[in-house]
Amino acid sequence: MVSLAATFGRGAMTNHWRDIKNADVIFIAGANPAEAHPVGFQWFMRAKLDPARGPGKGGGAKIIHVDPRFSRTSAVADQYVRIRTGTDVAMFGGLMNYVLQNNKFHDEYVRNYTNATFIVNEKYGFSDGLFNGYDPKKRSYEATAWNYDLGADGFAQRDISMQHPRCVFQLMKAHYARYTPAMVETITGIPQADFLKIAEVVGEMGRPDKVMTIVYAVGLTQHTTGVQLIRSGALLQLLLGNMGRPGGGMNAERGHANIQGNTDHAISWEILPGYLKVPLPGQKNIDDYLKASASKKLDPNSWNFFGTNYKKFLVSLLKAWYGDTATKDNDFAFSYLPKPDGNSSWITIWDQAIQGKMEGVFLSGMTATSIGPDTNQVLQGLSNLKWLVVMDPFPTTTSEFWHTAVDMDPAKIQTEVFMVPTTHWIEKSGSFTNSGRWSQWKDQVIPPEGEARHDHWITAEIFQRVKSLYQKEGGKFPDPVMHLTMDYKDPRKPDFDELAREINGKDLKTGKQMVTFAKLADDGSTSSGDWIYVGSYTPKGNMMKRRMGISDPAKNDPTGMGFYPQWSWSWPLNRRIIYNRASADTNGNPWDPKRPGIKWNGTKWVGDVPDYPPAMSPHDPKAWLPFIMNGEGTGRLFSNTCVDGPLPEHYEPMESPVQNALHPSVQNDPVVYLYDQKAGRPDRFGTSADFPIIATTYRLTEHEHYLTQQVPLLVALQPEPFVEMPPGLAQEKGIKNGDLVTVKSKRGQMVVRALVTNRVGQLTLGGTKAWQVGIPIHWGTVGIQADKNPDRAKYWLANALTPFVGDANSRTPEFKSFLVAIDKA
Amino acid sequence: MTRGDFFKFAGAGAGVLLTSELGFDVAKATEIKKQLRIAGATEAHSVCPYCAVGCSMIAYTRQNADGTVNILQIEGDPDSPINEGRLCPKGATAMQLAVSSRRVESPLYRAPGATEWQKISWDDMLDKIARRVKDSRDRTFVQVDKKGNLVNRTDGISFAGGAAFSSEEGYFAAKVMRGLGLTHLEQQARV
Repeated sequence: MVSLAATFGRGAMTNHWRDIKNADVIFIAGANPAEAHPVGFQWFMRAKLDPARGPGKGGGAKIIHVDPRFSRTSAVADQYVRIRTGTDVAMFGGLMNYVLQNNKFHDEYVRNYTNATFIVNEKYGFSDGLFNGYDPKKRSYEATAWNYDLGADGFAQRDISMQHPRCVFQLMKAHYARYTPAMVETITGIPQADFLKIAEVVGEMGRPDKVMTIVYAVGLTQHTTGVQLIRSGALLQLLLGNMGRPGGGMNAERGHANIQGNTDHAISWEILPGYLKVPLPGQKNIDDYLKASASKKLDPNSWNFFGTNYKKFLVSLLKAWYGDTATKDNDFAFSYLPKPDGNSSWITIWDQAIQGKMEGVFLSGMTATSIGPDTNQVLQGLSNLKWLVVMDPFPTTTSEFWHTAVDMDPAKIQTEVFMVPTTHWIEKSGSFTNSGRWSQWKDQVIPPEGEARHDHWITAEIFQRVKSLYQKEGGKFPDPVMHLTMDYKDPRKPDFDELAREINGKDLKTGKQMVTFAKLADDGSTSSGDWIYVGSYTPKGNMMKRRMGISDPAKNDPTGMGFYPQWSWSWPLNRRIIYNRASADTNGNPWDPKRPGIKWNGTKWVGDVPDYPPAMSPHDPKAWLPFIMNGEGTGRLFSNTCVDGPLPEHYEPMESPVQNALHPSVQNDPVVYLYDQKAGRPDRFGTSADFPIIATTYRLTEHEHYLTQQVPLLVALQPEPFVEMPPGLAQEKGIKNGDLVTVKSKRGQMVVRALVTNRVGQLTLGGTKAWQVGIPIHWGTVGIQADKNPDRAKYWLANALTPFVGDANSRTPEFKSFLVAIDKA
Repeated sequence: MTRGDFFKFAGAGAGVLLTSELGFDVAKATEIKKQLRIAGATEAHSVCPYCAVGCSMIAYTRQNADGTVNILQIEGDPDSPINEGRLCPKGATAMQLAVSSRRVESPLYRAPGATEWQKISWDDMLDKIARRVKDSRDRTFVQVDKKGNLVNRTDGISFAGGAAFSSEEGYFAAKVMRGLGLTHLEQQARV
């Protein structure tokens, strides 16, 4: 979610599932919601069937699907175009170029609510694929070359006419002028005529009375350029004035029940709960940390809400974690927070393991062997560990790696493995936050199976035992272990209700639950485990348990916009659409009166919970700008927070059959982190000479990752792994539907059935023709089907093929674009 | 309005409106259900564990004479603004995930170089893991880095998890692991 944070100040689905019904155009890229989220897809279909929606005079919302594979989403789309995997920056760049050249952007919105008017420092430049400030030795940019021109008052200079040659609008126009329809065709494989048809519909969405939503998923994120792929969509949405509006937004579909909740609460190396940045080495105290982390006010009309309140959120978090030990005198125990040595994300963990620097790994509901890129390297990392703890209800490909994977000789593997049986979701209560940020409480329905225990009871027990060992034996810096708060009735068995109350936080003077984060303090008088969840558990009780639903729409959805404010709870402050101040014009009137987000009624903002001070008049000359999380107060078209450039630029995937058509000398993202090379291991990228076929991985409706291999009915529906290939390619290779084939990449191979379909196909990229195939991911060395075929199951891990590389910013692995060779087995 | 009230409301004569809203006759469906296996069952609220749409579920259980609890049925909650009662093939088969003979029943331990799992008690396992955590923490803890910065981190241990954690478990994991000094924290959002 780096991309959205760079653009809007934080990363999350901006709207929610039911809201998709409010759109005129649903633009889906790198996602297959009809199959990956079949029930959420009902809202897409309802928009399509609603005659009041749609471009022009309406007649139903139009669905545009841009994806490498023709899927069930494409089948109901008004327009489907096949794109080469990983090239969406070129497609969105082409659309932005169309919108800018043909004056289709939402002028008033762009001028007032984006940083189009901000003037960039003259040090900024871009030529031949590189932005200014590049150091080829370090393979990194010095991003200070991408700052604004600041005035004597410290605020950024602006030109409201957007004519200044260095204002963001003009820089952007020049940047994307290169993305002509012909260039889009050459890079993406989308024929110009098809592209222009899409552009025409998208262009209409810049009208104030029309709104488009962009829906995406891992088809955009899982690339070396994933952050910029998404950011380019977000930029298009800002140009069209579609952010903050019902039926608009950038809507990321999360792929697992509670990824959103667990991101919010920061099981993630780079953030603390509530998207506070992790402190880094050299930040000696909270002041140093704030200087580097909190956004600065860059415009007199910017509220800079996040930057202004950052300290309150951090201190309240430290009070929740270290209690009475965190005092003003010791800087609220800031020194207890571990400061990482650079990126510590997924691929880094395994890189460190391969290098022998990682001793132990806890995997709780995650199977490293299946889920990470380049399985064979991950297996090497697993074999190098001293110990491995797998917490899971079922055996996994990781708990069993030492005897089920290809070429694994248990006698040679010294890793100690602990298989710790845990409970299912239905055997415990607690909340799930869906991808629309709605946090719903669930009940414990049945008691735990066998000896299974809750994951957090296991971590609590281990923690207490480690703590006893430090008490008895001493050891390295035991202070944070000794003082971590465990204020639960039973510290070995924290209750879900107790944790939910801690996350919400309380006023430490009165002991009362907090109601709003506006009351959090930086003097140690309040605690809150996660500021964005303040309001989820107030003195009135657990708001996530509320279930006032569709049986009484008049009462439960008073605005008629589908907000249902009393069904569950949505962060922040039960707001259903974030940045909703931008849904109304500068006078406070909704851009489209039929689709209000919030509106100014003369004394206050009404509708959704306003993302804005409720009584701030839009007519006040000091009124805040709408994007309250950014120092600019506006959405950032140009942003200096990404490591690979302030504007999205197309770079080829690490494995590609063609040269970069825009700048042949800069083929790939110039700052992508090359783990193997950096560690002195041999390069593991293949070329099209040996691996001529473009491949992408994907999911099926009947399965979710690797868990469903244990569910008999679902295994019966989709029993066997396969590779989906077009008839032309099958014919070339003498392969018939159902034949066993070997799929090879530079990293490994799999042996699976061929599924010959027209859903995948051939692309024409300039003068080059290339085949594109799809590989579902769900199978592996454990599960019902693997039990029946133990020998073949060794060749069923799709990630045996994928490269050990990730996005330049987030390091999200590249699962979606790589090269393979396919032959009859 | 709870779902129980919702059915009462439906039964009281507003069924016509609800039929058109929901696509089926709630009152009639409820009548039929009373004669089926969920008759006399306890209703609980759940949320689908799969794809993050967050489909609301109703789970029916019954307590047996010996005190054990059986789960009878899981279905979509018709009152939910998210799914309006619908479930996909995964959600619809959630019963087979909830109750499975394929579960790991008790803790297992695989010693270095061993070719088989061995059963181990919870107590032994937790002691062993705690010992490994302390030893690895002590061995790989960096209090001051090479540049002289106070960093207080444990480099040699990683934690990854969270896809189907309740949020509260996820929060607790992040708190405990950072408390132990871990910086290598990861979850399904990235992979």
